[in-house]
Amino acid sequence: MYEGVVQGLIDELGRLPGVGPKSAQRIAFHILAADPDDVHRLATALTEVKEKIRFCTVCGNVAEAEQCQICRDPRRDPAIVCVVEESKDVVAIERTREFRGRYHVLGGAISPIEGIGPDELRVKELMTRIADGTITELIIATDPNLEGEATATYLARLVQPMGLRVTRLASGLPVGGDLEYADEVTLGRAFEGRRQLDV
Amino acid sequence: MIIGWGGPGRGVGASARVGAVADNGDVSLYRDEGIVLRTQKLGEADRIITVLTRAHGRIRVVGKGVRRTSSRFGARLEPFMHVDLQLATGRTLDVVTQVETLDPFGRTICADYGSYTAGTAVLETAERLTAEEREPALQHYLLLLGALRALAHGEHDAGLVLDAFVLRGLSIAGFAPSFAECARCAADGPHRLFSVQAGGMVCTACRPPGTVVPSPEAVALLSALLTGDWPVADASDARARRDASGITAAFLQWHLERGLRSLQFVERRGDEQAESVARGTRGGGGVREEPSATSEVERLYREIGDAEVEQA
Repeated sequence: MYEGVVQGLIDELGRLPGVGPKSAQRIAFHILAADPDDVHRLATALTEVKEKIRFCTVCGNVAEAEQCQICRDPRRDPAIVCVVEESKDVVAIERTREFRGRYHVLGGAISPIEGIGPDELRVKELMTRIADGTITELIIATDPNLEGEATATYLARLVQPMGLRVTRLASGLPVGGDLEYADEVTLGRAFEGRRQLDV
Repeated sequence: MIIGWGGPGRGVGASARVGAVADNGDVSLYRDEGIVLRTQKLGEADRIITVLTRAHGRIRVVGKGVRRTSSRFGARLEPFMHVDLQLATGRTLDVVTQVETLDPFGRTICADYGSYTAGTAVLETAERLTAEEREPALQHYLLLLGALRALAHGEHDAGLVLDAFVLRGLSIAGFAPSFAECARCAADGPHRLFSVQAGGMVCTACRPPGTVVPSPEAVALLSALLTGDWPVADASDARARRDASGITAAFLQWHLERGLRSLQFVERRGDEQAESVARGTRGGGGVREEPSATSEVERLYREIGDAEVEQA
């Protein structure tokens, strides 16, 4: 055990995900040895993120204002909405620079075994957005695992009767991989989603 | 083809049949077939996978790196998958070294939301009924395999498959309900009253507090589900199914002493008549009755409307 404040810091750091007691101790001593300006910057960043960041009232993404940057951007197409599970997924899709529409963050996926049903997700908010008639296409980009697929099935069934075009992200072979190493589930999906080559 | 971490000579050969599943005794590698019940995230990219196996009962194993998109067997270790596993004995949890798909039930079950919700309740029931880890549970395993096969092939209504699985799973666990003779004095039936606490139908003389009076059709359906009389079960009407599912859910929760999380999300189908009855109501026994997508949309918009009124 160390002197009160040092031990307090180690305990707090140890509560972070993936940080064990030894790592917490190492980080704490790194902070003790670091330049005071660097430590102040870290402390300010920590407090600011809790004070300034909230969730976008339109899409549920993290935002500094009432609406996030993407929802405020007039150049983004409001007719196409990409539905994702988490804010992290928005960043992943933004990195592709392929998508110019807007997003809707559900806040998770339907997982009855963990007690998460449609009512625990931002499905109602999505229905409100659809109701005003601006959206013409919904791209469902939930994770390609069981919960993500079930959420996609649920949303598609809910939204299709409303006359929207509902699409699902393709899944298949990773770029740069070898065909022989692909598992049969992924390879099967790749066959299902094959497309015509127009030369 | 078996893909995994084991290099040449370490793993089982491609020609090895599932029938040859055996414990290798002192060898740290062993092989078994099983059904994935649940997955939980572990660390950066790993998962703890709960599997109900043929020979080792319910076990919890680690799938290393299965959450990475580059994982070679992440797709095979999803719930509902029937797989052939090779495992390495670890200090606390065993580690998956090779996986081969036997039946990819997840894909077809997931394509239908009703089957998915019923299927997750089946998995949770199987997990709860096999309370002890590493306690062989062959009968539960075979019952689960049959239930998932029925769900994947869409042979019967998903809700009926769930109820049949619950009743038969409870029977294997030693809690078989009695639908013909009195559960207390064994007097020949038919009887009118059902008591969850007594364990089935009871005669008027034995009547304990808190009995219900199910319709004769519901009792016939419950009996058919327990014995596997599918022609009778498939011919049942929506009202009998609703009553039967309520009784089954209550019976299950009584014996498990704790509710099933997934049961409240089970979506059950009904005919037009049942739709009008069930619309806007949440059914008995903790079973939710949402018959179609249209009524689900109506419900959501109704709730949105209510919320807006409250805000105003």
